[in-house]
Amino acid sequence: MAEKKIVDGRGSFCPGPLMELIVALKESQVGDELEVLSTDKGSANDIPEWVKKVGHEYIATTESEGVWHITIRKAK
Amino acid sequence: MATDKICVVVVSGSLERLQMAAMVASVAAVSGQEVLVFLSMNALLPFIKGRDVQVPVEGEMGELMAGKKVPSFKVLFEQAVELGDARIFPCSMAMDVLGVEQDELESYMGEATGLTKFLSDARDGQVWTF
Repeated sequence: MAEKKIVDGRGSFCPGPLMELIVALKESQVGDELEVLSTDKGSANDIPEWVKKVGHEYIATTESEGVWHITIRKAK
Repeated sequence: MATDKICVVVVSGSLERLQMAAMVASVAAVSGQEVLVFLSMNALLPFIKGRDVQVPVEGEMGELMAGKKVPSFKVLFEQAVELGDARIFPCSMAMDVLGVEQDELESYMGEATGLTKFLSDARDGQVWTF
């Protein structure tokens, strides 16, 4: 059963949110959705790039009140 | 998965350079690249256990980073090893000069390595120097 998890990287700077996502991915199952919260704009650009590079599924990025929400799915 | 190898050589003990080196090493390692890190000169000092090293800053960026929630370079180097394919080697010359043994270094550090060995290992990779 696929889960949806929140990875709270708010307040941390690059590459902190990415590293938190990677730790969370290790503890997740294939098919799980992970939503990274980041206040660091660089991470909002860099995380989708990383996700595509290593072969997970990038779903979407939205921004609201200075917080970026980057949603991905674990693909392997 | 990419198999390209990068070698990160760090000799400066400044916060800015250690931070940038740790970012390059950790992001490359978690992106599937093989990463070799060689720490020598003042860059080795913060990796000696129990030494309270005051890491100097070079300028405004270092001062700003010290006051913000920037991931510590030591945590990033450790994550490079634990989450990716990175190995971190202390320079054997620097260890000799400092009089430091392997068990006095952080546990995620690899074995003491001389320049001859590191140069051989680095031959087929990119080299980044900080």
